[in-house]
Amino acid sequence: MDNLLVAENVSKTFGEFTALNNISLEIPRGSIFGLLGPNGAGKTTFIRIINQIILPSRGSILLDGHALQPSDIQNIGYLPEERGLYKSMKVGEQALYLAQLKGLSKAEAKKRLKYWFERLKIEDWWDKKIQELSKGMAQKVQFVVTVLHRPKLLIFDEPFSGFDPVNANLIKDEILQLREDGATILFSTHRMESVEELCEYMALIHKGNKLLDGRVSEIKQQYKSNTFEVGLGTSDPETLRKELQERFAVTDTNFKSIHHDLKLQIQIAEAASPNDLLTFLTSRATVNHFVEVIPSVNDIFIKTVTTHA
Amino acid sequence: MRNLKLIIKREYLARVRNRTFMVMTFLSPLILVAMIMLIAYLASLNSEEQRIVGINDETGLFAGEFRSSEEIKFIDLSEVNVEEAKDLVKEKEYYGLLHIPEIENNVSPDIQFYAQEAPAFGFLTQIEKIIGGKLTNRQLQARGIDIDLIEESQARVVIQIQNFAGERTSKMSTYVKMFFGGAAGYLLMMFIIIYGNMVMRSVIEEKTNRIIEIIISSVKPIHLMLGKILGTSFAGITQFIIWVILGGIMLTGVSYFAGLDVTQIHSPQQQALEQLSENDLQQLVIDIAKLPMLTLLVSFLVYFIGGYFLYSSIYAAIGAAVDNETDTQQFMFPLILPLMLGIYVGFFSVIENPHGVVSTVFSMIPLTSPIVMLMRIPFGVAWWELALSIALLLLSIAGTVWIAAKIYRVGILMYGKKPGYKELYKWLKY
Repeated sequence: MDNLLVAENVSKTFGEFTALNNISLEIPRGSIFGLLGPNGAGKTTFIRIINQIILPSRGSILLDGHALQPSDIQNIGYLPEERGLYKSMKVGEQALYLAQLKGLSKAEAKKRLKYWFERLKIEDWWDKKIQELSKGMAQKVQFVVTVLHRPKLLIFDEPFSGFDPVNANLIKDEILQLREDGATILFSTHRMESVEELCEYMALIHKGNKLLDGRVSEIKQQYKSNTFEVGLGTSDPETLRKELQERFAVTDTNFKSIHHDLKLQIQIAEAASPNDLLTFLTSRATVNHFVEVIPSVNDIFIKTVTTHA
Repeated sequence: MRNLKLIIKREYLARVRNRTFMVMTFLSPLILVAMIMLIAYLASLNSEEQRIVGINDETGLFAGEFRSSEEIKFIDLSEVNVEEAKDLVKEKEYYGLLHIPEIENNVSPDIQFYAQEAPAFGFLTQIEKIIGGKLTNRQLQARGIDIDLIEESQARVVIQIQNFAGERTSKMSTYVKMFFGGAAGYLLMMFIIIYGNMVMRSVIEEKTNRIIEIIISSVKPIHLMLGKILGTSFAGITQFIIWVILGGIMLTGVSYFAGLDVTQIHSPQQQALEQLSENDLQQLVIDIAKLPMLTLLVSFLVYFIGGYFLYSSIYAAIGAAVDNETDTQQFMFPLILPLMLGIYVGFFSVIENPHGVVSTVFSMIPLTSPIVMLMRIPFGVAWWELALSIALLLLSIAGTVWIAAKIYRVGILMYGKKPGYKELYKWLKY
């Protein structure tokens, strides 16, 4: 597989405290990769190591097949969680400054900024000072500055915090567009729904340790419990329930429906086929509803973190 | 390098465009000139007031010895007794009463001065000199010595100072050296305190604005730190130049139009200058010309830049370690201490004995050497001492910048902590 970024046994200690313990990760080119973990898990430390803000205590990071080097800052765009701008500087001026720090020439930076400011409909802000803008408005400027130099790798740390739903959606669409254009995106968050929505790959970090990683669909496959949600129509629900309880692990459940006499979650043996369950059910009642229970990223997150607590 | 230049430019513009900076740049010379004018005005007021001193002389010896001048008027109250004279002086609110009783002990006579407030030191010395002189003469005469003969035999000695190379110097040259050294040292201290603080505030500002992590993902922390120090110092130099030009223009302008002569401020130095003859003035010019100007200029630049770098990198590290300016207090005192020490050693020890142990040692210790050595140089310092001092300074700058950069790169990403020295020490090992 073609990986843009590979982390090999990366560890980071601060004095006695281990922030990262032997983390290895592979981020495929052109993917959206979700880096998950509760607060204080070590996500930001890992991202800072990729950005060469801090050095790992052990291990190494390969970008595009070579060890990270100072010039790689031009290949990376980073939107940190703790983000702000100079309060007393004009928007255009500091966007230019930050773009130039990333290696763009002044003329090129100006041209691209103009494009992005028009695209996000913020061209009127050029001569305003940041202190005149709202937090969400300032974040748009930060987003533009992050992506302006067209880096291969984009790192967003909690990108949606501070945005209203409309702008969050706008930024989400821009992120998807950037992926279309060939960028690889690393996405750090503890908001699971955005991972569910955007990420193909994910890794879960907890207390400096990597608990799991891989393709989101494969992880879900691992975490599924062969459980099915069924809605049955029958004249004698109690007898049927008892009969089912003798053969399977059954729990009551609830879901929206027009009319069902019995709503259950049924777990079958790992080797068993859902068809066997379905055959059995059809012989006893009318099957109106039959869905495999797929664990949400949120479920996986909570389950993994609590079992390792 | 390109980034460093960008950072310096931004820092410079950010400082210079700052409203407070502009106000300070243009207002400070104004305030300074206003203060000088005020002092000049007050001094002229002070000398207009004539002090009246009563004299109760029971001996009758001193009539005519105390001559009234513009500043002091002497009134003879010898006709009445001491108590009445005291009441009179008190009632009329005179400056005081000098009581000279019958003299029994010629060597240490019992003479009193009665006054509401303690009299000026200069005034007392003057009185003592008059009485002492008179009594001495009287005793000499009593022993049959001719006063005129003594006057005639008085030798006037002015020692001509000359070094082994045959160059003549004078006492004046010591004043000149003191002035140049003192001005350089003082200037450096002010520069460090003003612009070091500015560097610190600028670091804190980036932390509180939360922009630091965005910047730091593009540039190395040490570049950011150096860029800040350099940009701020350029802004500082700009401000200094404007101050000097503006101050000069205003001072000449104001004193010309208001007709107030600033040189009328009476200070001991001024009086010393007034007593100079034409000859001495020529000597002054010669003395200034004879200062080791090239050494002075080069070492001024070296110590100025070195001292500023040493201190401002510490200021930058302090700024990085804290979240807001109030937390900087615990670190400020140890930083100001060596600066003050340098100034004190300079003004007391160097002037007294420029090549003594204290002066020499403190001109080697890096934190005080910029100030102390700058003050010593006009008096002539051996080249090896200068070389050693500069080498030590450069070494400690390298060390300090390294340590400061370490604290800086950890500190700028730390929020919500109020670190102590122990914490900072730990950061060095991250």
